Amino acid sequence: MIHSLDRYQPGHSPLHQGDPRVKVVVAFALIGGIALTPERAWPAYPALWTLVAGLGALAGLSAGRLARLGSVALPFMLAAVPLLFTMPGETLAIGGGIAISQAGLARFVTLLLKSWLSVQVALLLAMTTPFADLVWALGSLRVPGTLVTLIAFMVRYLSTLSDEAQRLLRARAARSAWGAGRPAGGSLLWRARVTGGMVGNLFLRSYERSERVYAAMVARGYAGEMRQLAPPPLSWRAVLAGAMPLAILGLIQLAAVVWWG
Amino acid sequence: MFLKPILAMHIPDGFLTAPVAVVGWLAMVVLVGLALRQARAQLGDRQIPLMGVLAAFVFAAQMINFPVAGGTSGHLIGGTLVAVLVGPWAAVLVMTTVVAVQALLFQDGGLLALGFNVFNMGILAAFSGYAVYLWAHKALGSRHNTPLIAAGLGAWVSVELAAIATSLELAISGTSPLDVALPAMASVHALIGIGEALITVGALAFIRQARPDLLGAPSPAAVRQSTLIAAGLAIALAIAFVSPLADPNPDGLERVAEDKAFIDKAEEPAYEILPDYTIPFIDDETLTTIVAGVIGVLIVAGIGFGVPRLARQTAPESARQP
Repeated sequence: MIHSLDRYQPGHSPLHQGDPRVKVVVAFALIGGIALTPERAWPAYPALWTLVAGLGALAGLSAGRLARLGSVALPFMLAAVPLLFTMPGETLAIGGGIAISQAGLARFVTLLLKSWLSVQVALLLAMTTPFADLVWALGSLRVPGTLVTLIAFMVRYLSTLSDEAQRLLRARAARSAWGAGRPAGGSLLWRARVTGGMVGNLFLRSYERSERVYAAMVARGYAGEMRQLAPPPLSWRAVLAGAMPLAILGLIQLAAVVWWG
Repeated sequence: MFLKPILAMHIPDGFLTAPVAVVGWLAMVVLVGLALRQARAQLGDRQIPLMGVLAAFVFAAQMINFPVAGGTSGHLIGGTLVAVLVGPWAAVLVMTTVVAVQALLFQDGGLLALGFNVFNMGILAAFSGYAVYLWAHKALGSRHNTPLIAAGLGAWVSVELAAIATSLELAISGTSPLDVALPAMASVHALIGIGEALITVGALAFIRQARPDLLGAPSPAAVRQSTLIAAGLAIALAIAFVSPLADPNPDGLERVAEDKAFIDKAEEPAYEILPDYTIPFIDDETLTTIVAGVIGVLIVAGIGFGVPRLARQTAPESARQP
């Protein structure tokens, strides 16, 4: 059973108490800054990592844990492996008749660092902000209301329907005997039909649930619009708190362009 | 689930350069904006909970694994299935929600890269899958299994196109060479697309048996509109295809190795010039990327805004009630 898909880690740190709107903007700015960092500005990367790890420490998340969780995107590095061989530039090493270029290696390592740092920033946002707060922050940052409502609905029914999917999986497993040397299930097509049937079944359950949800909403006075409390005003303190990491980011970028780039 | 990170086409942050990511966001804002307009015009308030619950459905359906062979398994991506069931505009909103929540809640796909991830797996997948479905539906005639086969074809094409678009975006960013990434992505996803097609067909066959009322015939206006939007997206992709000509490393693996050996021997001092040469080059590439992206978005937006108006003039828009 999956009851908590939310990454939120409860806490009372300055990061937890920050205004969600400010946190969303700062997270996007940090990821944007990481994307803009010049390729060979090597000292910029430890500096950026210190900034991210510092924010993590402020939130009570250890740098090691963030670093480990931040590696979820690493399998995607496979897409960048050919760069090692195809980018023109000085040859670094030749092994087995294949040459690794210096420029290719530089870009590969840069990509690795950028994606790893960016994931950690996104993690910091998700781990210190309850998803409900994130949702209203998106709404007050001018994300269209319909989309915000859909996101809220999706997250609300995520664990419900995940449980439903788990039930279907358990039912399939219960009916699929298998032994040594005898694979479970029939031919590929047969297994595809079973999987398709399960997906179709899940669709019908979701569809019918949405009808019940709509009926319940109408019963409670829904007239085509979600009503929300007015968001609290943005305080100067929250904005200043958000400006601090951005100022450090700005300094790192400046140094990267002027001295390290 | 070893293949999952490769199966999922979610581009993480860092893999798209800032200008490319901005083009993606621009495309997402314009096209999702259009989808919201369409949703308001065509769908009632009943559709809000339906689309929200269906977004959760797509996420949960991706947990249902399809055992292929030797411990590998595939799963549904879902764009075409949802488009066939609730129409392409609603499918765009459903898939956008899915991709956004995956990025925000699970760090599956980047935040800056969100624009192109939504474009690939939401907009492009829903419209290309739906257009192929309609087209095949028409071409195959009204036999019993026509809708299923048509949806299977649409599902395969949508996965393949999303994979091609992903490799194009990576190539324009200079993070994956096109001549390696495109064939690799296209061939891997040709197989994954078969899985997608089989699951989509299986799901629709089940739904047809259990709730035949949910599978209505598409209206002619929807056919025209979806075909044109899909064509517009294809044109946008084709324009993006032209811009990688400015890619700094368009050469093949072996050819560059040969060239490099040659350059190292013959033009040793030329190495000093290379850094100076790359900076204006990258600027130029950036510009090309932005121009190409903007033209593509404009074409699609033009079609998106123009066609519903045209459709309204020629025939009364019949709201699709799923």
